[in-house]
Amino acid sequence: MSDVMLQISQISKAFGGVQALDKVDLEIRRGEIHCLAGGNGSGKSTLIKIISGYYKADSGTISIEGHDHSKLNPIEAIMSGIQVIYQDFSVFPNLTVAENIAMYDAVASKQKLQNWKRTAETAKNTMDKLGITIPPDALVEELPVADRQLVAICRAMVHDAKLIIMDEPTTALTRREVDKLFGIIRILQQKGIAILFVSHKLDEVFEIADNFTILRNGKKVISDAASNVDNDKFIYYMTGRAIKKENFTPKEIRKDKPLFEVRDLCLEKGFEHISFKVYAGEVLGIVGLLGSGRTELAESLFGLLPSTSGDILIDGEAVRIRTPQDAIRHKIGYVPEDRLTEGLFLGQPIENNMMLANIDALTTKRKMIDWKTLHEHAGAWRDELSIKMGAMNALITTLSGGNQQKVVLAKWLEIQPKVLILNGPTVGVDIGAKYDLHAYLHRLAEAMETAIIVISDDIPELIENCNRIIVMKQGRLTGEYSNKEVTEQELMSAVTAQKEEADEN
Amino acid sequence: MKTKKLLKRNEFYVAVTIFLLSLVIQLRSGQFFTANNFVDLARAMIIPGMLTMGVMMEIISGGIDVSFPAISMLSMYATLELLLKTEYDGPVALAFAVATMIGLCLGLINGALICWLKLPAFIITLGTSSIYLGFMQAVLKSHTSSLLPGPVSRMVKSFLLTVTNQELGISSSLPSVFVFLIIIVAFTAFLLKYTMLGRGIYALGGDPVAAERAGFHVNGIRLFVYGFMGALAGFVGITRTILVGSCQPNSLIGYEMTCIAAVVLGGTRISGGHGTVTGSLLGALLLTMVSNSLILMGIPTYWSKFVTGILIILGTGVSAYQALKRQKQLAANVLED
Repeated sequence: MSDVMLQISQISKAFGGVQALDKVDLEIRRGEIHCLAGGNGSGKSTLIKIISGYYKADSGTISIEGHDHSKLNPIEAIMSGIQVIYQDFSVFPNLTVAENIAMYDAVASKQKLQNWKRTAETAKNTMDKLGITIPPDALVEELPVADRQLVAICRAMVHDAKLIIMDEPTTALTRREVDKLFGIIRILQQKGIAILFVSHKLDEVFEIADNFTILRNGKKVISDAASNVDNDKFIYYMTGRAIKKENFTPKEIRKDKPLFEVRDLCLEKGFEHISFKVYAGEVLGIVGLLGSGRTELAESLFGLLPSTSGDILIDGEAVRIRTPQDAIRHKIGYVPEDRLTEGLFLGQPIENNMMLANIDALTTKRKMIDWKTLHEHAGAWRDELSIKMGAMNALITTLSGGNQQKVVLAKWLEIQPKVLILNGPTVGVDIGAKYDLHAYLHRLAEAMETAIIVISDDIPELIENCNRIIVMKQGRLTGEYSNKEVTEQELMSAVTAQKEEADEN
Repeated sequence: MKTKKLLKRNEFYVAVTIFLLSLVIQLRSGQFFTANNFVDLARAMIIPGMLTMGVMMEIISGGIDVSFPAISMLSMYATLELLLKTEYDGPVALAFAVATMIGLCLGLINGALICWLKLPAFIITLGTSSIYLGFMQAVLKSHTSSLLPGPVSRMVKSFLLTVTNQELGISSSLPSVFVFLIIIVAFTAFLLKYTMLGRGIYALGGDPVAAERAGFHVNGIRLFVYGFMGALAGFVGITRTILVGSCQPNSLIGYEMTCIAAVVLGGTRISGGHGTVTGSLLGALLLTMVSNSLILMGIPTYWSKFVTGILIILGTGVSAYQALKRQKQLAANVLED
């Protein structure tokens, strides 16, 4: 028996004429951290579902530890030591940590009675093994997201896991939580457990993965050691196009009058004395950790959390923003942090989502909706932003994350915004779409008509896209940097330095 | 730490309320802490106590049921009719068995429709409630009657104990069927806490998708829960006839809301996943006390609905407020992190 844990060769799978996977190979050894990357629709999810036995491949072979498992089903996959940690973790919020950890094992053992003593022991042993300390009798719903994920990892471990598949495990985590997670992944690795890590965050891939495999349009593009490639190559493999990573430099900045200005803005329990200006041609970045007040500021500018004092000026004129309606009237657009709960109506078609903010303008004289113009505008944005979609009247949920985000952006572009605020604009967006979004923001800035503010904790993204970046800490602005001068490390320490200070207080 | 945990629980507040209410009633009437009153309360708890066990289980699983009074009445009426027509005179156990079986079938119909159509349980049971009631009234031509089959009729006079107040000359008796309440409560408590089926009910209420991924047969659990409620309702139908001493086929109409209120008051979350036997029993006790004992204080009974309403809002409000505070606490922790 070699130390190959999982060997997949020439796997193909089609769904009603669409070839989701086309002769894909994948090999994972014991104790290997393997990154699976690819844009949305590349076949990543299909491949995971085949490995975990939920889908049956049309052709090709799967072998686990040298045994042929080409007709894998979910139970067999679990019995062979394959565990999936889903993006939503699939933990039970209403049950205790201990019961959650022991649950899979208890169900799989087909026991009729619940053994509380064994549950507690199992949970304790597993957590000890990984050096995790979460109170075992706490309810999962009382835990922060990162701890819920650790519970899911512990649960996977109980079942004698040999391969743990993690589906974009870092999406909801802060940088510090990511470090903790990586620590645990390395412990798993030392125990000889293989990890298949699905991610499209490049820095993470290079930090943690031994090897990687990239899929594009259902085909394997490359499989190699992580040390053999660099950023640019990786992006090339993922998107199929050479993307030059060049920091945004405005062609021209009109300094005479700011497009957008905030003077001494305060929000009780949110932020205080915030002042900044955005000139035509600029993209302004605001960076801060979770809880720095960055989201409160964005929501305040959009009227969701009306500021308690201070002024907001558009084109040099003071405006009153107390509600989102005020904001829209003054042509402020806001791409929120969580598009699924804040940015989109999930039960509605693409077109309605796209045209919503401007619906008042899209009416006929008789105050009826002007569907003809509406269709035209929607079609124009689809082409302008190269949104990949089937029919306009398909549900928004049929789109990938990147394309959904483009729809949110289109919604605000449709009102011809004077101010566009983007909060975490590329969270959960694949690299190709990310590049499109960035490129569009640059073009928009160069059109000199819109003040663009990007709020994020993704430091590389900010440096790449914003010519000026201001740092927010504990509700105050604490520094301003130009993307030409500051390095990622400097900006990172400016953001985290506040952390230690806060700890001392 | 222990007390902190206690303060988080709804049961604690309900228990405190019960205690305070009993003190007030005692001070005003001097009649609360008497053997008579306790026996009367125990007797009045039999029906709500049994029914809340089933409803609680359904709500924990993420569902709900408004059809169980209809199931109870239909099973009861059909069973009594059958026994009268056949002039049955064997052990009374058969009456219970027949009504339980009918109830089980009706409950399984609920469960099957919910699994199959994937519609909210509220809508399904609203529909079946009307069908079951209509069937009883139209097809069985139900009517109130004091004529009971022999074995059932004899049970009416079966008591565990009788206490007599010498001063007032009133006596109160605890019916034998009280034993069933104890058995059903013990069974439910054991099932929920110590069996995988019970844990599956909690898991299903917590997150149905996760429950399925964990390997639970979620439809099987749903069928069990609604089947159990149906069987219980059928059983309660006969129990109630024995308590009342006559066949009253419309007497439970509207009773679903009282039971749901008791369960929710006892800390069971209407969104599923949370709930305890103790809590539901306390909730049922509080509501029973309000409807039974206010009269001891000279408060007219029609006030009991008013007070019940206030208790529901207050009782669930306290724990909801606590949960809100907890969430804020959690957010604050994130800020510090």
